[in-house]
Amino acid sequence: MARYFTDEHEWIDVDGDVATVGITDYAQGQLGDIVFVELPQPGTQVQKGKDAAVVESVKAASDVYAPITGEVTEANDALDGDPALVNTAPEGEGWFFKMTIADQGELGGLMDAAAYKSFCDSL
Amino acid sequence: MRSGAEMSDEDLPETTEQLPLDAWHRAQGGRMVPFAGYAMPIQYEGIVAEHEWTRNHAGLFDVSHMGQLMITGENAAVELEKLLPGAIATLKPGRIRYSLLLDENGGILDDLMVTNVTPEGGEPAYYMVVNGATKWDDIAHLREHLADEVTLTHLDERALLALQGPEAAAVLETLLPGVSADLVFMQGTSCEWRGEALGVGRSGYTGEDGFELSYPADKVAELAEALVADDRVRPIGLGARDSLRLEAGLPLYGHDLSPETDPVSAGLTFALTKKRREEGGWMGHERVAQVFADGAARKRVGLALEGRLPAREGATVYFGDSEVGTVTSGGFSPTLGHPIAMAYVASEHTAEGTVLEIEVRGKRLPARVVPTPFVPHNYYRGDK
Repeated sequence: MARYFTDEHEWIDVDGDVATVGITDYAQGQLGDIVFVELPQPGTQVQKGKDAAVVESVKAASDVYAPITGEVTEANDALDGDPALVNTAPEGEGWFFKMTIADQGELGGLMDAAAYKSFCDSL
Repeated sequence: MRSGAEMSDEDLPETTEQLPLDAWHRAQGGRMVPFAGYAMPIQYEGIVAEHEWTRNHAGLFDVSHMGQLMITGENAAVELEKLLPGAIATLKPGRIRYSLLLDENGGILDDLMVTNVTPEGGEPAYYMVVNGATKWDDIAHLREHLADEVTLTHLDERALLALQGPEAAAVLETLLPGVSADLVFMQGTSCEWRGEALGVGRSGYTGEDGFELSYPADKVAELAEALVADDRVRPIGLGARDSLRLEAGLPLYGHDLSPETDPVSAGLTFALTKKRREEGGWMGHERVAQVFADGAARKRVGLALEGRLPAREGATVYFGDSEVGTVTSGGFSPTLGHPIAMAYVASEHTAEGTVLEIEVRGKRLPARVVPTPFVPHNYYRGDK
């Protein structure tokens, strides 16, 4: 399973033709205490770089972008009851949604873990 | 991921000045953001943790961005009363009052705290704390309208700290024995700490008991250090300052108050004493008296939301299909565990218990009109 990162601090795990999307530990650290996550319904078509979800912290509302184009197949219902999972396990249990991969080629433009780490270090 | 409007506006290439405690904040782990022209700590360990710490112990806030002004002269009170709608001439030495600066049309230019700091037998002197983002305009306004025999001094060599929370008085007692015992809410005094004058006012912006401490900017790191050396004290950032003041129902200038709002609509009539309201003689009186007599068309109210999705500044308020207002401050209340907001709403829909709706990203969230403060104030008014 390969994990990719965007420069907007989303991560995407690719397992065959299904991808899981969330926000990175760096992102949750920037947001602070998360109180609400608005997720796309299964069936929603999302486009690379376009709004897919909204995360509300105590501080502000933030848009989360789709790292690639595809269709949402599942939303993480656990975040309804416990949005703080995004703070405590951003790159695990705090995932946002699963989606199909419309164009495998789009993954090529994303960062791997090492590239993302040096990107964050440069911020 | 991209964040919407926070307390700072990072998209604006704004020049930011450093606070006297800039290096201290960074050493404490503060995350600095531009605010009111200064680099300021938005948080240290996290907004909710800092919020809860202040409600239960004592939080230390650096509010040195705010303007500290001194107005002196034989006629200082009379002159101030031409600009402030509150009673200044009857404010006794050592007493603090909340007041406003209004324009000719009764619009709010700023809200402020004024303390009578006249020394015994000395020349009348009034110490004013005004908002950071508006201080330069305030100074220009005061200089333009105060008579020449009154002296206005900007105390820009002084820093301002706020120590807030139920343990604030006990903490202050260890640094300044006996000082807090002489003060109740909205009283101030001056004393000395390590050879420098320290102004102490028992007031704040969190709804908790607490103090504002004015001290020389070049020595204030010592004071901050001495305060956080006490285990009961932690540094608190702007994020928690905002959530605390929102729970306390206190308006934030530039959001809940502006030149487009008047004191009556803003629910600040307590700052207009009856006598001065009737006699006038202050800038903006005509319009404010008119609104007072006619009733305000819209009023600032508190709204309680269900669930967890906050409604933020700018969101539209509905009653059925009609637009009846706009949210001016809103967020998640850590103490209550649900979102709260302040909004200006058409007066006919402001009765307590009225159920309105706020639109957030196309969804209508039920919001009930509730009294403020949302969380009870915990001011110290003396032993009862």
